[in-house]
Amino acid sequence: MGLTGLEIYKHLPKTNCKECGSPTCLAFAMALASGKASLEDCPYVSDEAKEALDSAAAPPIKLVSVGTGDHVVKLGEETEIFRHDKRFFHPTGVAVIISDTEDVAAKAEKFDDLEFDRVGMHYVTDMVAVKCDSGDAGKFKEAVETVAGITQKAMILMTEDPGVMEGALEAVADRKPLVCAATGDNFEKMTELAKGKECPMVVKGNDINDLAELVEKVVGLGHKELVIDSGARETSQVLADLTQFRRLAVRKKFRSFGYPAFAITTKDDPKEEIVQAGVYVSKYADVVALKACEKQQLLPLLSWRQNLYTDPQKPIAVEAGLYDVGEPGDDAPVYVTTNFSLTYFIVEGEVESSRIPSRILSVDTGGVSVLTAYADNKFSAETIAEAIKKCGLEDKVNHKKLVLPGHVAVLKGTLEEESGWEVMVGPREASGITKYAKDNFAGGVK
Amino acid sequence: MAVEIFKEKYRGKVGEVVLGATKDDGGTRSHTITVGGETALPFLHFEGEIPNRPVVALEVWDMVPEWNPCLEQYYGDVYNDPGAWAKKCVDEYGADLIQVRLKGADPDLNDHSPEDCAATVKKVLEAVSVPVMVIGSGKAEKDNTIYNPIAEAAAGENLVMGVAELENYKAVTSACMANNHVVIAQSPIDINICKQLNILIAEMSPAMSSRIIIDPTVAALGYGIEYSYSIMERARNGALQGDKMLAMPMYGNAGFESWRQKEANISEEEQPGWGEQEERGILWEATTAMAYLQSGIDILVMRHPEALKVIKGNIDELMKDNSY
Repeated sequence: MGLTGLEIYKHLPKTNCKECGSPTCLAFAMALASGKASLEDCPYVSDEAKEALDSAAAPPIKLVSVGTGDHVVKLGEETEIFRHDKRFFHPTGVAVIISDTEDVAAKAEKFDDLEFDRVGMHYVTDMVAVKCDSGDAGKFKEAVETVAGITQKAMILMTEDPGVMEGALEAVADRKPLVCAATGDNFEKMTELAKGKECPMVVKGNDINDLAELVEKVVGLGHKELVIDSGARETSQVLADLTQFRRLAVRKKFRSFGYPAFAITTKDDPKEEIVQAGVYVSKYADVVALKACEKQQLLPLLSWRQNLYTDPQKPIAVEAGLYDVGEPGDDAPVYVTTNFSLTYFIVEGEVESSRIPSRILSVDTGGVSVLTAYADNKFSAETIAEAIKKCGLEDKVNHKKLVLPGHVAVLKGTLEEESGWEVMVGPREASGITKYAKDNFAGGVK
Repeated sequence: MAVEIFKEKYRGKVGEVVLGATKDDGGTRSHTITVGGETALPFLHFEGEIPNRPVVALEVWDMVPEWNPCLEQYYGDVYNDPGAWAKKCVDEYGADLIQVRLKGADPDLNDHSPEDCAATVKKVLEAVSVPVMVIGSGKAEKDNTIYNPIAEAAAGENLVMGVAELENYKAVTSACMANNHVVIAQSPIDINICKQLNILIAEMSPAMSSRIIIDPTVAALGYGIEYSYSIMERARNGALQGDKMLAMPMYGNAGFESWRQKEANISEEEQPGWGEQEERGILWEATTAMAYLQSGIDILVMRHPEALKVIKGNIDELMKDNSY
């Protein structure tokens, strides 16, 4: 990460022994810098050099895993301040809090069902935080066991009393829960518990200065699987602290903040809570814990997380093929567009608001928009004709008409020849579809 | 251990734009609203000034809109009366300002005449004392005929008028120039077009360069929001780094875009996996608005009164000082 060949070269033996397979130490350094070789290949590298290179090569924010098996949640290892500079990598873990004083089993069942299918993707509320409000170690342990019995998802154990933590952690240590949290008062005992069970742990300070100090102490005790929390709870201060964590870790390689960050909501109204959590998802929280547990509340938050963590360099595509809007009969109109998801969903929204059941043929253009695909010959008479055949359109409708985006009206003639279908030129912009549909298809395709 | 706080040093600043005019300045508003003026990224009070809080508008149409039935209970009694509608938005729902969308001017809908449009705007100006924004029907050819009559009828009020687009910016810009209004410059999620359009408007009249509001086109949550979000982050970074042609306050129709989407509208019966519809719709809109606050928006246009309330609460929280 970030080291140049010359910087690496300084730490190598400079004997040009060739045993690593490279002709010279400098060539080896260059190969290391580009990720084509491993330091292991050099038999003579000193331990000091190894440590220096390892730590320089470590990502600015450590990767920390919570949970096990298919339900492991990976946090951290982010490298950017802005997603447009590259991308964000590990989506914020969204944790629903269950208090040990409420109906634990009922909320756990409800939590486990907070999964959504939307636009061909599956969203999962991936973490559950069991919180000790009773102050009773027995009750907390029972709540933790109940939750563990109902859901396989990654767990967070929330109590600052090591005496209360111990029994609960013992019960579910094999699930690799996130221990939450070590503070200035309890960190020695809490670190011993978490480290003993090889479980990740939240370190919570009184403010960011206090946190930096506390992280050093915990690391000094030999535990490095950490998640950090400045202790701030006011939205504005949390935003500032999360921003400092990210900037100092990425830009200054400030080690004490080189861990995933934890945030927790304070709002009691679920709508306010979702918006507060949304701020933390936007700005650098790696875990957000919240109480809201209704489908209509989590769906918007998880959708935002999904959107934010997409790769901005990559056009997003929907699967090419034939889509139904409403329940189209065999006289329903057919619209042709590309498989660039933004284009597709806008077209779909407009077709839907025409309230005329229809079909949309999404042609594989490699996920680019109508005009770009046309310019690249990916949205051509040939590709469209092929898509018509491939999806068996002929057997699904009782007519042979399709609507082409107005921007590529020029394709009409060749497409009609190529496909044998009658081409109707639709509006240039999707926003014209509703009216176009009402004018042309009010009584089905004639 | 004292952590060395990381502050970006910027040489630029977002320009301030005043919306509305009081009696002293030839208008009839009870107060004006100033937007912009930031010298820091959104709500990072620790590294610069956020002198003006983002403001939230509600929208009034000049025709009965085909909105989700859940909005009936809030607006149903005023759908037919833009003045009463605007008043309700301000008095009962706490809108900072009003946007009049002259959808009824659309030749394919009610085809309201330019005079009708001007009369609607006058009616709203009489009904409320907050600053007013006015946008056309979305059909450029028709809209070009309504800007002048409106700008003249409301001369002195310092309206915000839109939208100017790269292909069609002259009519609305000259209407604003001649009558001292502010113009909304809309670009299709494209930072280069955004900048180019601002340059063209400034070329028409240097005075207009401090009377531009950027509409970068805000997509809804789930429908390209991340594109708009990143374009806005880039634009705001550009502004702070000294690019004057990006240094305008930003604006977006979060309500309009969100409520076009299936996620806001589909009933729980039809889509049981997504939960209760109205709260889902409110949060679809509020989450969209939240994201744009985080990418630098200065004027949000919302729809559901509950979404507006939640977002105003969020702005209150975010405006608290967080300097170290």
